[in-house]
Amino acid sequence: MTEQHSASDDLRIGVFVCECGLNIAGSVECGEVAEFAATLPDVVFSCVNRYTCSDPGQQEIKRNIVEHKLNRVVVASCTPRMHEPTFRNCVAEAGLNPYLFEMANIREHCSWVHLYDRKAATEKAKDIVKASVARARHLSAQQEIELQVSRNALVIGGGVAGINAALDLADTGYQVYLVEKEASIGGIMAQLDKTYPTMDCSI
Amino acid sequence: MMDVGRHPKIKLYSYSEIDNVSGYVGNFNVRIRKKARYVDENECTACDECAKVCPITVPNAFQMGLSLRKAIYMPFPQAVPSSYILDMEHCLGNNPIACGKCYDACDKKCIDYDMQDEIVDVKVGAVIVATGMDVYDPTRLDDYGYTRFENVITSMEFERLICSEGPTGGHFIRPTDHKTPKTIGFIQCVGSRTQDPERGNPYCSNICCMNTVKDSLLLKDHYPDVEVKVFYMDIRAFGKGFEDLFMRSKEKGVMYIRGIPGEIEEDPQTKNLRLMVENTTTRQIEEHELDMVVLSVGVIPRRDNEVVKKLFSLSTTSDGFLMESHPKLKPVDAPTGGVFFAGCAEFPKDVKDSVTQASAAAARAGVLLSAGKIKIEAITAVVDEEACKLCGICARVCPFNAIIFDKKSKTPAKVIEAACKGCGTCSAECPFDAITMQHFTDRQMYAQIEAILSDKPMDKIVTFACNWCSYAGADLAGLSRLQFPHNARIIRTMCSGRVKDKFVLHAFKHGAPVVLVSGCHFADCHYIDANRWTQKRVWKLWDKLEKLGIRPERLQLEWVSAAEGKKWAEVMNAVEEIRKTVTKEEVEHTIKVIREAEKPKKPKAKKEPAAATT
Repeated sequence: MTEQHSASDDLRIGVFVCECGLNIAGSVECGEVAEFAATLPDVVFSCVNRYTCSDPGQQEIKRNIVEHKLNRVVVASCTPRMHEPTFRNCVAEAGLNPYLFEMANIREHCSWVHLYDRKAATEKAKDIVKASVARARHLSAQQEIELQVSRNALVIGGGVAGINAALDLADTGYQVYLVEKEASIGGIMAQLDKTYPTMDCSI
Repeated sequence: MMDVGRHPKIKLYSYSEIDNVSGYVGNFNVRIRKKARYVDENECTACDECAKVCPITVPNAFQMGLSLRKAIYMPFPQAVPSSYILDMEHCLGNNPIACGKCYDACDKKCIDYDMQDEIVDVKVGAVIVATGMDVYDPTRLDDYGYTRFENVITSMEFERLICSEGPTGGHFIRPTDHKTPKTIGFIQCVGSRTQDPERGNPYCSNICCMNTVKDSLLLKDHYPDVEVKVFYMDIRAFGKGFEDLFMRSKEKGVMYIRGIPGEIEEDPQTKNLRLMVENTTTRQIEEHELDMVVLSVGVIPRRDNEVVKKLFSLSTTSDGFLMESHPKLKPVDAPTGGVFFAGCAEFPKDVKDSVTQASAAAARAGVLLSAGKIKIEAITAVVDEEACKLCGICARVCPFNAIIFDKKSKTPAKVIEAACKGCGTCSAECPFDAITMQHFTDRQMYAQIEAILSDKPMDKIVTFACNWCSYAGADLAGLSRLQFPHNARIIRTMCSGRVKDKFVLHAFKHGAPVVLVSGCHFADCHYIDANRWTQKRVWKLWDKLEKLGIRPERLQLEWVSAAEGKKWAEVMNAVEEIRKTVTKEEVEHTIKVIREAEKPKKPKAKKEPAAATT
């Protein structure tokens, strides 16, 4: 291992366990998970929220970042594919680098797929949180690079969809390149006599 | 269509294709090949003098081959650009002995037989893929006799036959005797909603029911006495105003018969068509004699979808249509940043839905373009220059050519941050651990593995899942509430290409009974072909495990797409069965042999150089 340990003595991790209404609490003992989280190394705060992604839930994260001087945040809730951006913004608003946030997926990968075994689901949720906290201990702040965006657009295909997309973009003021494979735009729509539900001509 | 031609902000490249795309969200470099049309489209006035003298005739594809066109032709009267095109494949050429007639006939001299393809490079921030669909070809359905019986036509041919601009000037006649048919049957779901791959596709093509309702009304408007029978399994009139239209069709006397005919027979004399059908409403077998049958054909993905898939690293769902980023929350975003979908490329849809999605795609692209800048997630690779031993493997495996390495210059490999997508293949392949993936570091991975296995390791299946496909497939399993054993513990990586052999060995060393590596299917990899390296690595690992006396099946490799929640559940069950077969002794043995194999080998005793002894 060539990397240096970023885990150090002054780590202060906060764990927020989401009930997601009954989506998680229905099959996972969230209180137990939060209590367990508190026993993990460097965790200085843990709690249960009804809906962590809601405004009150996010406020609680921000408040506790300040109150407990948290420098790592773990939210145990849904898939990061859904709310990772939400929580990254949330911790950033509280002054924490967004890359010091970590998510534990105890909904899609746990409560929903083990609906009828509360004990096993709770144990698995604890494990998932444990792994996330372990990862969080080694997170470090990252700076995102910012790139300029070219203000032109390419539309591939000059059928009804491509034509409309090109017109909308061009009317907004962007330069549009519309590429059509055939000798004329129009696509399949141009071959139709009338179109439903208006029964008028297609072109 | 006309608006596109004259919009100052739209540059139209017709008869053009995209040769190559490089770059990334916000900064795509696109090479367009404007194919030679041999007619100057800016000069052509569409006077038709050239076509008048052209001696060559070929079937007109726009009219579904129902009429002829010349080798120099206008695609259709309202074409944009309003210019002729010369079909070089059929043209006799400009040699005066051969032909050259059109050139002489053209007043403006805008025909150029030597025109070359033109290459245009453009830079764009966003791309909208609106490549459309193809129509199902029913020729292979032999029992409907399409192409064997002239009076069996497709719904696309119907459009041309009923159209006033069509080959018959809008007179709906049947091909065999050019008379207006008195009885017409429509067969629905041709090529759609079948589990038999020989008979088409499993999905509903969305548009055919309403298209037939529309066709039936057109027929009744033009020929009130014509008898129209529609053979269907369900009429799906789900959209706004659709049910009204369906009712209007029924009120006009169109007969809707629930049942799909098995076979069509032709009367050799009259060329009338006879079909047998089980009417599932009356439970009677019925025989119908019809003058003409229209096959209501379904929509299929474009046959050349592979091209656009490759250009933008896109993936397709099992039915072959382009896959969106999220079926509900990001329905017009492609998984590739800066790429959006409009129209039937994503799934069959009618004109209204295509227009709706086009506006949505334009708005989504607008979000990106109006911001003017974009942040790139800090998950890129970083080379430790001191640890780099200049082997160059990283540059070779990078799917995006984002690593610069020149052996001759003897400088460490360098990552182009803006081009790196963060798949981690370079880091996994680096023999010297000299590449760190930001936010997915080796140390973080090891910490997760150790945490998972710190308690009751025998119960755990250490699972690596790539963000885009297998992790998303596991998410879908959750969304679908599929139930399976609870032993898997998932570690997310951006790509399965990130899973270093050492991660797998680390898990075994810490007592994992089973390790699962999962990624995208080959065609779907979001990092072009990074998962090919995953496969090679797992193959090598299997060899290594075998040599160490560890059962290779304890390391599993699975490809699960974002759409395969069910497959994820099946995999979970399968790996759990394997886990049950692993004994404690086996795991202890594994730990021992891996530890031994990791011990640094004793350096071989070197002979003292002869010079030193003297």
